[in-house]
Amino acid sequence: MIKFVLMVNRQGQTRLSRYYQPVELGKRAALEADVVRGCLYRKKEECSFVEYKDFKLVYRHYASLYIVVGITESENELSVYELVHNFVEVLDKYFSRVVSPIMFNMDKVHIILDEMIQNGHVVETNHSRILAPLSALDTLAHS
Amino acid sequence: LFSGAARRVGASRRKRRNPAKMPAVSKGDGMRGLAVFISDIRNCKSKEAEIKRINKELANIRSKFKGDKALDGYSKKKYVCKLLFIFLLGHDIDFGHMEAVNLLSSNKYTEKQIGYLFISVLVNSNSELIRLINNAIKNDLSSRNPTFMCLALHCIANVGSREMAEAFAGEIPRILVAGDTMDSVKQSAALCLLRLYKASPDLVLMGEWTSRVVHLLNDQHMGVVTAAISLITCLSQKNPDEFKTCVSLAVSRLSRIVSSASTDLQDYTYYFVPAPWLSCKLLRLLQCYPPPEDGAVKGRLVECLETILNKAQEPPKSKKVQHSNAKNAILFEAISLIIHYDSEPNLLVRACNQLGQFLQHRETNLRYLALESMCTLASSEFSHEAVKTHIETVINALKTERDVSVRQRAADLLYAMCDRSNAKQIVAEMLSYLETADYSIREEMVLKVAILAEKYAVDYSWYVDTILNLIRIAGDYVSEEVWYRVIQIVINRDDVQGYAAKTVFEALQAPACHENMVKVGGYILGEFGNLIAGDPRSSPLVQFNLLHSKFHLCSVPTRALLLSAYIKFINLFPETKATIQEVLRSDSQIRNSDVELQQRAVEYLKLSSIASTDVLATVLEEMPPFPERESSILAKLKKKKGPGVVPVSELEDGKREGGELNGGGDRGPDSSTPSPSADLLGLRSAAPVSAAAPSAGSLLVDVFSESGAGGPAAAVNDDGFLRFVCKNNGVLFENQLLQIGIKSEYRQNLGRMYLFYGNKTSVQFASFSTTVSYPGELQSHILTPLPPVEPLVEGGAQVQQVLNIECITDFSEAPQLNIKFRYGGALQNITLKLPVTINKFFQPTEMAATDFFQRWKQLSQPQQEAQKIFKANHGMDTEVLKAKLLGLGTALLENVDPNPENYVCAGVVQTKSQQVGVLLRLEPNAQAQMYRLTLRSSKDTVSKRLCDLLAEQF
Repeated sequence: MIKFVLMVNRQGQTRLSRYYQPVELGKRAALEADVVRGCLYRKKEECSFVEYKDFKLVYRHYASLYIVVGITESENELSVYELVHNFVEVLDKYFSRVVSPIMFNMDKVHIILDEMIQNGHVVETNHSRILAPLSALDTLAHS
Repeated sequence: LFSGAARRVGASRRKRRNPAKMPAVSKGDGMRGLAVFISDIRNCKSKEAEIKRINKELANIRSKFKGDKALDGYSKKKYVCKLLFIFLLGHDIDFGHMEAVNLLSSNKYTEKQIGYLFISVLVNSNSELIRLINNAIKNDLSSRNPTFMCLALHCIANVGSREMAEAFAGEIPRILVAGDTMDSVKQSAALCLLRLYKASPDLVLMGEWTSRVVHLLNDQHMGVVTAAISLITCLSQKNPDEFKTCVSLAVSRLSRIVSSASTDLQDYTYYFVPAPWLSCKLLRLLQCYPPPEDGAVKGRLVECLETILNKAQEPPKSKKVQHSNAKNAILFEAISLIIHYDSEPNLLVRACNQLGQFLQHRETNLRYLALESMCTLASSEFSHEAVKTHIETVINALKTERDVSVRQRAADLLYAMCDRSNAKQIVAEMLSYLETADYSIREEMVLKVAILAEKYAVDYSWYVDTILNLIRIAGDYVSEEVWYRVIQIVINRDDVQGYAAKTVFEALQAPACHENMVKVGGYILGEFGNLIAGDPRSSPLVQFNLLHSKFHLCSVPTRALLLSAYIKFINLFPETKATIQEVLRSDSQIRNSDVELQQRAVEYLKLSSIASTDVLATVLEEMPPFPERESSILAKLKKKKGPGVVPVSELEDGKREGGELNGGGDRGPDSSTPSPSADLLGLRSAAPVSAAAPSAGSLLVDVFSESGAGGPAAAVNDDGFLRFVCKNNGVLFENQLLQIGIKSEYRQNLGRMYLFYGNKTSVQFASFSTTVSYPGELQSHILTPLPPVEPLVEGGAQVQQVLNIECITDFSEAPQLNIKFRYGGALQNITLKLPVTINKFFQPTEMAATDFFQRWKQLSQPQQEAQKIFKANHGMDTEVLKAKLLGLGTALLENVDPNPENYVCAGVVQTKSQQVGVLLRLEPNAQAQMYRLTLRSSKDTVSKRLCDLLAEQF
């Protein structure tokens, strides 16, 4: 299963974190710093899966944004790797109409992530169904 | 931030519009105050400034919450959202929970959503709030508004506390399977139930819902199936029997996806790959079960797997990397399933070939995954050979991959694919890799090399070379277990001792050698330095000076070991005594500030001054062999890797493991050897008195006597055979699979031997059979009919066989026992010499000195006498010698020989056809460490045979 999803900028600052297994608040910062260190400085030709303690990190890099996912052994690395891309595509699709950094739309990014991953499991992968609640919301707001 | 991310994904869009400067207007009911706050934070130049800004904001929010004016929903939402943001920046939040709970009862989706988000992220199980939250959830669940229901279900799934389980565990299964529930609600309900089941399985009773939950695999809606599989997989792992029916449903669902055209599942097609995530999850669910028993289901599944393998060979439908990644995600999952089943040789070999292609792929990710996956394939007997064909590619990966985690995988794979045929090559490659390996993996590599070298050593000089190289290349990473082990093996195998002494002597010549080398060198030269002392280049003094030149550079424990080596030198080479005593006497030793060193120096000095040569020889006798047991290195590697990370070949249920590694179940924590010297449970002839009497039974149940040194199981028990000349009970043979103990008794010309065959593995031996054969004309000399044994020997069981022996005439050869059985499909064939020797039929004869010498003279014809002069192989201790002579079966005659140092014995060999009187005289020469053995009997063949047998015993 998926243990956590992190969105981190190039400076290593966490922009969004979602944990699917309880991690104490005090330990989160240390874990994030450690995880980010493990991924940020990897070269392009190095592989996108990093063994970290007793689990694995799958990371993907988009310009100044890094997305890092912690997964257990029972998860398929490549499918998570593509899940990240699918997530980014959904974000792109939704936010393309108004340019807005994720920090300003934390709630919406969370809604999107929650539609895709619940409790550490993939629940939905279809773009329009992932965006359904947000679209409903927008229609409401505009009417 | 995200504009950067979007840049790459949507490059075309960027051309149309410049990225806006913040604060940007967000969609919907944007919160301007929040946007301003966020951009303030982003503009903070230092951490201090950020903290200051945040504290200001927290004070502001606190005052708003405490203020008299009731806040409207929008404001509450805004402040809660700010708190959430502050929390996500890593600051603790200790207020605002109540306001968040208030938001839950709002009718506005956005307000409710922020409330739930706050609670999901920040509330764990604060019971006071949970009651309020539960109320809100209850209302939303019964609202019949699907978006509200989903929020409530998400919240339960995220918090998952016991109170929530108690409140909702009954309700959620109903929502999940109800016909009128919306698809999105079903998805959330499935994951919510999964969380509650994991947290409080006792509260989630699936009984009546089982079948309907399993049938969600047939749901029209792919999203529902995707969510339900996670739940079903978890439930299947816990109650495989109740959920068994999911197998056929999963197979048919998979089959429909795999065989569909990429346009069929429009909504769930990802870069022309139909439902990749769903496919992976279905394949993963199937890995909870053995291959389907139903032929039709199995056929369909095999067809699916073949289709997936075929698709990998088809030209890609898109050049996008997303397409090939999604396709390969399914492929790797299919291969995992094939490996899990481990029953379809054809599919296993195809999987292996496919992975072989990936080994050379330009994508690092694929090479990494292929190496990882192949590691498990290597442990299947069907694909082991196929994996081996990729050895050159893997070695190349070890040398050239730029990513350390990929190199690590390559090293793991080499370890997994290693067997006797390629061990030398693989060990050599791993050794050369060690020179440049990353520090993080060196210790593990050292352990692996040490294990492979021992496991597949056919000739032990290679093993010794390998370990010494290991110390030379990576001495710092060679743990105690590794160098203890090489010493154990050298001590237990006399064929390698001379070579080891020579090699270690040469290695110590290097001006800078690692301390571990000094330890091994000190120990081995102390024991076996005599074997190379004949060469003037390695004369005793040269050896000593070489060791002593390292002394001052070593740590205390190594110095202590060297001191012991020195005292052993005094015993081995009397000519070094003066020099060594001088060293011991020096202030730096005898007044050393370290208690241990000082004590050793004092005691050794005293011992060497006052003890007679005999006493010294006994005290400092060569170390007895170590009991065979599991290599402590392996235990260390297991511990290091932790359960689950070790390649399958080493896991408890590993199929190949039993045969080659250590063949037993779990051993206790004490299986790792603490230190060589603590290990002196001499089981061999060194202590025949104690070994003879109660041993047979207890030896057979000695769980520690595992054979770690896996030599080939051929007919090489000469050693074992000779051990039984003077004793009747003990372990005749032992390898990783089988232990054979014997217990025998003789009277007149008859004997009875009990053979105990112990299966050391946890797996049954099939077609177990034993036969006795007689080389040459032996059959006419002794009879040993062997009753049949049961053909099946269960894991851990012991079977017994009784052999009745009758001696017709005297004989020289030994009958051979042949054992055949199948272990995990492989035929095992072991041939052993049975320790039935002519001396077993001795009747002791007591006689006085005059009688003895009278008879001695009567047997004076040259052919009646056999004589040998030989060097002592063991200590010349009187009691030990007497025990051996008694064990021989003759009477030991006291006060017969005029020289009290000599031993004389008499006995009659009882055969059916005749009786042969035998006289024996053994003359030890303690100075020269030699014996002269003389045997006289009325029959030349008997004299000769006894002389040959006995010459090996002292």
